[in-house]
Amino acid sequence: MTPLQIFLIIFLLFALSRVFLRAKGKQISKKEFIFWAVIWILAIVFVLEPDLFRISADLLGIGRTVDVIIYFGLAVLFYLNFRLYVKMQKNEEDISKLVRTFAFKKAKEGKKVKKK
Amino acid sequence: MISKSKIFIVMAALNEEKNISKTLSDLKKAGYRNIIVVDDGSKDRTYELAKAQNVHVLRHVILRGQGAALRTGIEYALSLGADIIVTFDADGQHRTGDLPAMLKPVIDGEVDVTLGSRFLKKTEVPFLRKVLLKGSVWTMYLFYGAKLTDAHNGFRAMSRKAAQKIKITADQMGHASQIVEEIHKKKIKFKEISVTILYTEETLVHGHGSFREALKILFRMIYDRIVR
Repeated sequence: MTPLQIFLIIFLLFALSRVFLRAKGKQISKKEFIFWAVIWILAIVFVLEPDLFRISADLLGIGRTVDVIIYFGLAVLFYLNFRLYVKMQKNEEDISKLVRTFAFKKAKEGKKVKKK
Repeated sequence: MISKSKIFIVMAALNEEKNISKTLSDLKKAGYRNIIVVDDGSKDRTYELAKAQNVHVLRHVILRGQGAALRTGIEYALSLGADIIVTFDADGQHRTGDLPAMLKPVIDGEVDVTLGSRFLKKTEVPFLRKVLLKGSVWTMYLFYGAKLTDAHNGFRAMSRKAAQKIKITADQMGHASQIVEEIHKKKIKFKEISVTILYTEETLVHGHGSFREALKILFRMIYDRIVR
């Protein structure tokens, strides 16, 4: 095993342990847990057996082995970016809801004061 | 027959201290008493000035966008028992004199929504703005199959029923397209009414026609297509 492999494995195991801990603490949903666990376990398998990169490159018909990592990384990043966008949009809507509720409450309170 | 007491004018206002008082007093002079101003986190005296006019004023503690502000106003109007809700610009772009024509088809029950259009008759519209507005008219046609002459006119009148059906979730300027989409999807009867837009230097500066805004709306429309 090369020093790079050892370093990567340590990092990936650490990442995987975080996923387990957060799942245990119910900070992430079951779906998220499966998604991240699969990603990190796959990464560990590929680091332990770098030949897998060459095999999958051949299987997919990608010329250069390193391109497999780049394409895969890009796909994951796009997906995560999209998810983040969806989540952000939801947060924005929630903030508006909060602000609206607050505005309503204040307006109704104001009316009551006037009536007195 | 619906009396003016059941007609509610809803207005989203952002930093409109220069225009709000005149817009409100014009409306009151014309006999429209139920006015709801939603101050969208203005940094100037918009809130105080609107309050001084003795109308309903709601305040967003932070800026949420015109779409969010209109939704707040419309929901508030519904909670006060409005029969007809009009959305009107706070910056003095819309003419109080156009109100009867906008209201009549809704009062008569001919349609549930009237949309103001500046393109039904010949009006002077600045060239760049015209390109953007016509662009969004075509986009609307492509996306929703809605045939309109003007897409982003903030002047609208709607029956209570229509106001309850139309759901605005787009906080920013995208609400204008979203309202058209909702009308189309929910098969709400509508009609365009010719109105005059008063362009002043100021309304041009902070108007809704910026190219960036248009791109954002387009992106949002595509996104909604994918996600919803």
